[in-house]
Amino acid sequence: MSSKQIYQEVILDHCKKPRNWGMIPNPTHKAEGINPLCGDHLWVTMTVVDEKIEDIQYEGESCAICMASGSMMTMKVKGKVFSDAIALTDRFRALTTGPSEADEAKEIGSLTVFSGIRDLPSRVKCAMLPWHTLTAAINSKDKASTEGDQDPVPGSGTQKI
Amino acid sequence: MGKAKRDNDMVEFDVERIRRDFPVLSTSVNNNPLVYLDSGASAQMPQSVIDRINHYHKYEHANIHRGVYQLSELATTAYEAVRTTVARFLNVPDSAEIIFTKGTTHAINMVAHAYGRKFVQAGDEIIVSHMEHHSNIVPWQQLCEEVGATLKVVPISDVGELDLEVYERLLSDKTKLVAVTHVSNVLGTINPIKDIVALAHKVGIPVLVDGAQGAPHMKVDVQDLGCDFYVFSGHKVCGPTGIGVLYGKRHWLERMDPFEGGGDMILSVTFEKTTYADIPAKFEAGTPPIVSALGLGEAIDYLEIIGLDSIEQHEKVLTKYATEALSDIEDITFYGTAPNKAGVISFNIKGVHAHDIGTLLNDDGVAVRTGHHCAQPVMQRYKVPATTRASFYLYNTVDDIDKLVIAVRRAQKIFS
Repeated sequence: MSSKQIYQEVILDHCKKPRNWGMIPNPTHKAEGINPLCGDHLWVTMTVVDEKIEDIQYEGESCAICMASGSMMTMKVKGKVFSDAIALTDRFRALTTGPSEADEAKEIGSLTVFSGIRDLPSRVKCAMLPWHTLTAAINSKDKASTEGDQDPVPGSGTQKI
Repeated sequence: MGKAKRDNDMVEFDVERIRRDFPVLSTSVNNNPLVYLDSGASAQMPQSVIDRINHYHKYEHANIHRGVYQLSELATTAYEAVRTTVARFLNVPDSAEIIFTKGTTHAINMVAHAYGRKFVQAGDEIIVSHMEHHSNIVPWQQLCEEVGATLKVVPISDVGELDLEVYERLLSDKTKLVAVTHVSNVLGTINPIKDIVALAHKVGIPVLVDGAQGAPHMKVDVQDLGCDFYVFSGHKVCGPTGIGVLYGKRHWLERMDPFEGGGDMILSVTFEKTTYADIPAKFEAGTPPIVSALGLGEAIDYLEIIGLDSIEQHEKVLTKYATEALSDIEDITFYGTAPNKAGVISFNIKGVHAHDIGTLLNDDGVAVRTGHHCAQPVMQRYKVPATTRASFYLYNTVDDIDKLVIAVRRAQKIFS
């Protein structure tokens, strides 16, 4: 496919005007995400009450795919309880790596703009990094890496951080 | 294309004929002809190398240095002939000083182990430069950690040149080795190896040169350079992967212990004691990548027929043309602008991440490297997370560069 299908308006808009951009002072949950292959580097900070994400912000330096994915992620998970955010992460992973998007599309709404990324395997990690970092923050780990055990492209990195 | 002009020097170098030797260059990507500008990562192979590999697999395959039958002896002769070819390529008088490795990284690790564990002790120092590839940093760091030595770093200037004054001051009686790249894989800088070696030798310190980006692009004469070790990879000189070269001066190689133990590197083995073979066998334990070595030999023959000096000149013309053509793009920043540089151009476009440039260029069939190029300290030096890198070789043309410029402009427009 042409990658121009990926760089469509929605993604460019979120890339240029990322939503929920910044760092929450004194967050209850926080994690740093790193993609050692390309240097993408971001932080996710959250205010969580009873496993509910009351507020979430992200900030960092990354490519457009990662930037837009992070921006849209914060919009999607704000107000969600952990279990729903984790379920959405699983669906997003399936969307960007799985064989078919048919069942996922209903639940995932505007995030389907990322479905084309599955044809650009080297960029799947870019789209997944914010979600890895969210998962790390939920699990109260300090760091997430695209080279971790949830590597969306098996075999392309080490198995453990 | 603005002020960039096609140089008449191109006429003498028959690049179209050379291109026909490389089957991959007539393929397409996304319905566009492939524009391959990533030879710094891996060069393409000409048909003669591919044929040599096929011929071995079809008719010549056997293990070497073992069988007394004809097939094995033929394979042994062919493999050892490549050692002579490589010796000629680097102007090494004694082909026993040529050790086959898996690649540049393997060769550096071999020296870090075999030289490092023998001669480097607690309190000693190893000097590297700020522009090294990770493969010429990490093995030395590991060595330093293991034995309690310290890594010293020669800084680089804004244009990407080594600070030789600082280098001279870093040399001391604690220094046990200088490990420096011939050509920077990110900045393209060609380092003054002769001066670096002369300064080190004045105080009796050996020098290892990482030639991964040097040997493919210019005539290398290790006797002239004076270095103690020179390493390079087969797949960057139009050969296959899985083969590399360590040149080492005999008096060092003989004093170093083997890096790996196994078959083919021994004189005799009993459970009480093993005695090692002489160089080069001492450093080539186990069955080597025979077919990759034959491919390397064929690749060197190919490059030498065209001539390393002609290749270097061709790349200089391309680099000048590309620098001028890309300079016309608004908001472009170059990394590495030393006057003496090889065919490597690293750049960023303001507001567009290198990875997005790389993906969008691929739409137009243009293959470039994006990322930190396994040289994160260089990225830190210039305070960027990544760059886009175009690198040129004998088969690239000014048309390739025109297509690169058009594709970069197109990518920039998408983000404007």
